Amino acid sequence: MKSFMIIGQYVPGNSLIHRLDPRTKLIVIFTFVIIVFFANNSWSYGWLTLFALILVLLTRLRIGYILKGITPVWFLIFFTFILHLIITKEGSVLIEIVGFTIHEGGVLQGLTISLRFFLLVLVTSLLTLTTSPMEITDAIEELLGPLKKIKVPVHELALMMSISLRFIPTLLDETEKISKAQASRGVDLRTGSIKDRIYAIVPLLVPLFISAFKRAEELAMAMEARGYRGSEGRTKLRQLQFKSLDFIAMIIYVLIIIIFFSLRN
Amino acid sequence: MMTAIEFRDVYFRYNEDAPWVLKKFNLKIEENETVAIIGHNGSGKSTIAKLANGLLVPQAGDILINGRKLTASNVWEIRQNIGMVFQNPENQFVGTTVRDDVAFGLENRGIPRKEMIKRIHTSLTQVGMENYQDHEPHNLSGGQKQRVAIASVMATYPEILLLDEATSMLDPRGRKEILSTIHDLKEELEITMVMITHDLHEIILTDRVIVMNQGQIYKDTTVDHLFNDYQGLQSIGLSLPLTVELAIELERQYDYQFTTYPLDNEEFLKALWTSNLKE
Repeated sequence: MKSFMIIGQYVPGNSLIHRLDPRTKLIVIFTFVIIVFFANNSWSYGWLTLFALILVLLTRLRIGYILKGITPVWFLIFFTFILHLIITKEGSVLIEIVGFTIHEGGVLQGLTISLRFFLLVLVTSLLTLTTSPMEITDAIEELLGPLKKIKVPVHELALMMSISLRFIPTLLDETEKISKAQASRGVDLRTGSIKDRIYAIVPLLVPLFISAFKRAEELAMAMEARGYRGSEGRTKLRQLQFKSLDFIAMIIYVLIIIIFFSLRN
Repeated sequence: MMTAIEFRDVYFRYNEDAPWVLKKFNLKIEENETVAIIGHNGSGKSTIAKLANGLLVPQAGDILINGRKLTASNVWEIRQNIGMVFQNPENQFVGTTVRDDVAFGLENRGIPRKEMIKRIHTSLTQVGMENYQDHEPHNLSGGQKQRVAIASVMATYPEILLLDEATSMLDPRGRKEILSTIHDLKEELEITMVMITHDLHEIILTDRVIVMNQGQIYKDTTVDHLFNDYQGLQSIGLSLPLTVELAIELERQYDYQFTTYPLDNEEFLKALWTSNLKE
């Protein structure tokens, strides 16, 4: 049940990347995602790929594990490649097979777009592999803090996220219990046509939703009993702090970006 | 002595068509008293706890906490002095780890971070969970989660502790853990404690027992005298502990005399051998 959730699965560790403040990581990854689209020659692509690979090495995670983590995206990357290969009709013809022509421009376009895609997925998965979901939540709350001034309910959103994270294992357990209970009453979840199997999910979802709502109601009451009344006048146990490591990382990152922009044509 | 909780002619029902859960209900609980409120399902016992900390509002009548009338404007302030532990250990665990969960109530009260860390440590030590600070709820047993819930409440230094069927969803081991935790708290601290339960084993810890039936107090007594009228308890749907039933049968069939009915095996054994000594 839990194996399909590998994307975004946190691996505890003590590498340089693990020790960075989650806000630093979030800022770097967010800007990286934008910058990837500015690459326009092999030098700039090469530079970004080098940067991503060094990040991978710095996490000290097994490379096989990281690549396995992005398995679901491999298909998309491959599909994008093939699509560009066929659609783009620029440059000289390389091969011609049964009516399809593959142009030089197609190969190039396919490669760059897939590489771009791969870099995006790789770097974002590094964030979730080295940062616990709670850290990410805290970082988002901190970074979005200024939005409170224009009445964006940042604290409430962060609390919603952390409560959802806290209840994921609970609801997974519950799903398993319900599916066993329904299987013992003769609901067949494993065989039959796709249509049959989709219908079989209904007796799973209905009890799950009912119990989730009941939980939510009880949780709300427990929170109220413990004095929760919104973000006002609230202190926080979890506190994020930028360390010298973060400043050094930021400086290096800015240098990397400057070099990147000088490599573009 | 001050009155910690007082109900004056309280009427309550969940909606207009429903029957009254509490009807002209009066109750006084003194400071530092440990009281059990027992009754079968639907006798109104859980409603009492929810009314006492303002989670529910009565249709008529007054509720006074430490002599102050509970109103919409002071409910948050009064609630700060009342800790409540609910039935389901899973659905009252707010934090992603034990430490965060204990912190939740403190954060709500605006306690400075340094003080928070200190209080988290002390209250987790009180319930014997100090080595579990970084554990996530799905790695804890029901009893452990419930102990964390008690620690979360105790960290806010409440004057009144309400336990709303806090052991009813636990296995026998978890139940034992909670009862011994409650026992220790009672020894260490001066606190008013109200235990709402349908398990007659739990009343062993209390000074006073209130039996609820159909929204009224059926009996207001002590542990020692509760079972003198066991037929009455049975008639309102409460089942007697096995040891009490056995003692009653011994009296009926073999001419034994028990001064008080034993609530657990140990007491039962003691009652048996002392009764033999007398003969």
